[in-house]
Amino acid sequence: MTPRSLFFDSESASKPPSALARAASFAIALLALSLCLFAAFYVLQYEWNWSSVFRYKAKFLKGWLATLGISSISLIFSFLVGAIATLCYRSRFLPLKYLANIYVELIRGTPLLVQIYIFFYVIANAADIQNRYLVGICIMAIFSGAYISEILRAGIEGVGRSQLLSAKAIGFSEYQTFRYVIAPQALRSSLPALAGQTANLIKDSSLLSIIAISEFTLNAQEVNAFTYSSFESFFPLAIGYLALTLPIMRLSRILEKRLRFET
Amino acid sequence: MNLRFEKVTMRYGQQCALDDFSLSIDDARCIALIGPSGGGKSTTLRLLAGLETPSSGSIQINGTEIGSSEPERLAYRKRTGVVFQAFNLFPHFDALTNVALPLEKVHGYSHSASIEKAETILEQFQLSEHRFKKPAELSGGQNQRVAIARALAPDPDTIFLDEPTSALDPEMTAEVLDAIERLIDAKKDLVIATHQMGFAKHAANQIALIAEGKLVETGPAAQVIENPQSPRTQKFLSACLSF
Ligand SMILES: Nc1ncnc2c1ncn2[C@@H]1O[C@H](COP(=O)(O)OP(=O)(O)OP(=O)(O)O)[C@@H](O)[C@H]1O
Ligand SMILES: [Mg+2]
Repeated sequence: MTPRSLFFDSESASKPPSALARAASFAIALLALSLCLFAAFYVLQYEWNWSSVFRYKAKFLKGWLATLGISSISLIFSFLVGAIATLCYRSRFLPLKYLANIYVELIRGTPLLVQIYIFFYVIANAADIQNRYLVGICIMAIFSGAYISEILRAGIEGVGRSQLLSAKAIGFSEYQTFRYVIAPQALRSSLPALAGQTANLIKDSSLLSIIAISEFTLNAQEVNAFTYSSFESFFPLAIGYLALTLPIMRLSRILEKRLRFET
Repeated sequence: MNLRFEKVTMRYGQQCALDDFSLSIDDARCIALIGPSGGGKSTTLRLLAGLETPSSGSIQINGTEIGSSEPERLAYRKRTGVVFQAFNLFPHFDALTNVALPLEKVHGYSHSASIEKAETILEQFQLSEHRFKKPAELSGGQNQRVAIARALAPDPDTIFLDEPTSALDPEMTAEVLDAIERLIDAKKDLVIATHQMGFAKHAANQIALIAEGKLVETGPAAQVIENPQSPRTQKFLSACLSF
């Protein structure tokens, strides 16, 4: 084993770097990043106060579980909303098509923060929705649904013209074409992006803290306030989110790779 | 089979694939479409199969207009089979499902009957051992045979084949052409786009040569190939025969 083979990827794709090489290189990258962070705090001359934050670990866990719950339920509904929006977009009834179009453009074109305020102070008030968590789930489902709709739409449009001709030639009805040809192929090609969107949903739900929904971020902010500390609780916060998003992003990568091999 | 194209024009955006195309053929069992690449053979077949509607003009098969309404065209497509030049199999299904699914979903077979029928026909094309492979795992020639099996499985009256031997080796070509001849014997109507002049001459009743979106020449197969009238046909055929 030469030093070169420890740190450099070989030119041929068939010879992946050894486990040792990958571990060593990963450790170096992580170390370099940590050093930067340390240096930054060293310059700040910051007095760490971990013990007081540690006492609130149950509160962190509660917030983390709330975020997990809100995200999971929002995810299910955002898929529903996204699928319905996509179907509307494909409808031949033009008002429905435009409705879906306007919805997607409005949501994708405005910041989530603005949407949260408008939904919370205007729509939720008017509709008399009392439960904050319900409001939060509605907001996230509507927000994420627009992105999911866009992903599904791209997947559907990616199904080749020759496939549609083939389905027609076989004698499939429009519904059968959608059910047996378009949907499975579109879903398959959308999977990596959908996994990515799931990770986004989890991160974006942190903004719900501004309407006092007691999720992970709000709990961390409260701990900061209780303990008069400024940064400490943000570290567990980052790690808590990573614990959710890293596996999902990993899954997205795997799906992407598998799709590449299949076609 | 009788075919009639009356002043058919087919445009794809700027591109004019068929340009004021007229063709009239009566009493043919097997019609071969020949001609240079990009001439419009595939377009003609797609129109005949009711997969696309012409920009203008009318197309009749056996005296009836190919349905102008979508339900009519759907009913027509159920009675016809198509083998595409690029096979167009469904990549997410294995060979067996590609053949069996239309039987079950379109032609009213029970699930087990559709599988049984599909296995029989795959067997005929020597594909039994490959039946659980997806199109990406099959060779070009195997895909082509699956595509032919898929088109023949529902036992259609009329079959449109777009260069059905383009991906086959000579042995397989001979076998597929044999199978096509058996279809002719079984009184099926065929329209086939092909570059196999020998086969066209031997098996087809009528030949139409299409180039640059126009009909160049049509007539009984032997006559067109042995005694072509148009200079364009002569040029095309001499190019075919010189290699
Ligand atoms: N979907 C399409 N969009 C744009 N142009 C098209 C389309 N389909 C066909 N064409 C054009 O129409 C013309 C005729 O094409 P067609 O596929 O019918 O030719 P062909 O005779 O089958 O050729 P080949 O022997 O190469 O298969 C070509 O110039 C082609 O570029
Ligand atoms: Mg062609």
